[in-house]
Amino acid sequence: MTETAPIRWGASQSGFAVIDCDVHNSVPSVQALFPWLSRFWREYIEQSGFKGPSDTAYPNAPTSARRGTTAVSGGPPGSDLPLVREQVLDAWGTELAILSCDYAVDAVHNPDADVALAQAVNDWQIAEWLDRDPRLRASVVVPSKQPDAAAREIERVGDHPGFVRVFLPVRSPIPYGKRHYHPIYEAAVRHDLAISLHFGGAPGNPPTSVGWPSYYLEEYAGMAQVFQGQLMSLIVEGVFDRFPTLRVALVESGFTWLPPFLWRFDKEWKGLRREIPWTTRLPSEYVREHVGLTLQPIDGPPDAARLLRAIDQLGSDDLLMFSTDYPHWHFDEPEEALPAGLSPSLKRKLLSDNAREFYRLGVGMDNGGTP
Amino acid sequence: MTLTATRDESGEQTKLAVIDCDIHNSLPSEKALLKYLPERWRRHQEEYGSRGFSGAYYPLANQNAARTDSWPPSGLPPGSDLGFLREQLLDLWDLEYGILLPLLGAGRQVNLGYGAARASAINDWQIEEWIEKESRLRGSIIVAFEDAELAAAEIDRLGDHPKFVQVLIESRTLHPLGQRRYWPMYEAACRHDLPVAMHFGALGGWPIGSGIGAPSFYIEYHTGQLTSFQDQVVSLVCEGVFERFPTLRFVLVEGGFGWLPPLMWRLDRAWRKLKSEVPDLKRLPSEYMREHLWFTSQPVEEPPRADEFQQLLDDLGTHDKIMFATDYPHWDFDAPDQAIPSWLPEETRRAILAENARKLYRLI
Repeated sequence: MTETAPIRWGASQSGFAVIDCDVHNSVPSVQALFPWLSRFWREYIEQSGFKGPSDTAYPNAPTSARRGTTAVSGGPPGSDLPLVREQVLDAWGTELAILSCDYAVDAVHNPDADVALAQAVNDWQIAEWLDRDPRLRASVVVPSKQPDAAAREIERVGDHPGFVRVFLPVRSPIPYGKRHYHPIYEAAVRHDLAISLHFGGAPGNPPTSVGWPSYYLEEYAGMAQVFQGQLMSLIVEGVFDRFPTLRVALVESGFTWLPPFLWRFDKEWKGLRREIPWTTRLPSEYVREHVGLTLQPIDGPPDAARLLRAIDQLGSDDLLMFSTDYPHWHFDEPEEALPAGLSPSLKRKLLSDNAREFYRLGVGMDNGGTP
Repeated sequence: MTLTATRDESGEQTKLAVIDCDIHNSLPSEKALLKYLPERWRRHQEEYGSRGFSGAYYPLANQNAARTDSWPPSGLPPGSDLGFLREQLLDLWDLEYGILLPLLGAGRQVNLGYGAARASAINDWQIEEWIEKESRLRGSIIVAFEDAELAAAEIDRLGDHPKFVQVLIESRTLHPLGQRRYWPMYEAACRHDLPVAMHFGALGGWPIGSGIGAPSFYIEYHTGQLTSFQDQVVSLVCEGVFERFPTLRFVLVEGGFGWLPPLMWRLDRAWRKLKSEVPDLKRLPSEYMREHLWFTSQPVEEPPRADEFQQLLDDLGTHDKIMFATDYPHWDFDAPDQAIPSWLPEETRRAILAENARKLYRLI
């Protein structure tokens, strides 16, 4: 049976397992990391009054987060595990949820602080999240501007079974395909971790190719261009040729921009591939083999039939992966958690099978919904 | 890549009228500008030369980014010899009109005074060497777009010349084009009822990668242009430029248009959530985009399935803002008999090949 109406947020998915590929766990305050920071860094933070890297791309909570997600303790949305359990995991009957901790260590310019904070965040994720709920998986936070240090951090925690991917903010000082970053991919592949490129980042350079825009609306809508540039860089630099088992998830990227982008990119490759002879296939083929995208925010047309057509233009049922993006709140329409009219087989892939395969999550609940 | 191009006389498509909206004429040499520069800037050009944004250059696919067969027998650079351009482009393809977009670096001079003088010199050279000599050609007013007051002055100087049909700027600017600093230029364009054409920007003050720094390869530079077009459209819409200048028309040249429907969907959805940030916007972002933006065809999007091209036109909601262009003499030239899918209804092909441009530029 095919639904004719979009699925509302938090509607129980009887008959379908749910894997949520983007739930945000927020560090409540930099002091929450103190158990995992050395005395040197605790003193540094206390004396300087540093409140932690706060350069996230999101505006204030009433604009960017769902109502009622602020922790009772007063912490930011996404900082309270019981609330996350109640509002997202239990609500959806989620089998597994992958955390995206977007603590902006990339905004820290002090290279030692960058490393120390990333380590502390990962230890905090293990103790406060992964060890406390078996439904959770997490992303390794790394000092992304320092690929060698990032690789060491992946080595340090990469074998913890709770980590399934490495978190990279999609904005960066130089494109992610460059050789500079290859140590990160080498370490990720060694530990069979995916890479997630996530909306946002604070590298210090402007978020567009034409300088700093005035409004968050521009930065928000413009982030798709940043994803386009990074995807192009990863492909033309031969990252997937060099690391054939590497998987890259685009998280909070939207997805309707991808087909027209690939139409153009494939055409360019046909004309210019002699410049990059190590690439052996059309860009669209690399994408279908190595890339996945999260569902939220759905950036499609309001009309259900056109939205299905945009999904069909992806040319593969294996690319989209369900996400709630809790606690963020992109749109006012709560019914848009899942598009209307998906065939049962596509819905099953989108809700769990694609993520299970992409992240090598193993067999969990069967598709009948029983554990 | 199109290294050479010949015409297939048997094609039905070539029987339709064709207006080419992107022709790059060029200087035989920098010296050709000297006679149009005032003494102060002539001396400057000789002593300091043209100085733009360093570090932005990528070796192009082919010398001068030109078709191999576009070097004139005279030995001059591609696009600089009117006789040869007539023969290889205007006559061969039987073009009814061609719009000149000389990309000669006036807008991207770091010395804005010289940039403005260079823009005026290029415009006077266009008049004398091109549009007065060849009745099928029309010109674009070159402006030093990083200083909107200087740009407005140049638009006022030439805006009523009957053979200049638009103002030309480039897609890579120092600030997003919607910002107030650029508004005097739009005001002047509206004063003279001229569209503003934004062409693929060769050398910008920021890396071509949106938000990610400088990529490594020409293919990234060349494909990446379409991110700069999207960045600019987002800015023009969100800053309320089309609310402020309701008669302003933008022509996006060599930026493609396949990205437009997803961008409309994305902006509309985001605007519903964030509209308190941009209270000057009175309508859905997509409405401004549908009304105020025109697109040239080259390099035309080529989806793997024909029905996806039809879906693209359907998602655009119109085909009356797409205008054919060859991009002569560049290597990625689109031929009039091949670029526009031949299975499109004749009315659609007619509109794209000539009628949309005829209407916008008032070419009768």
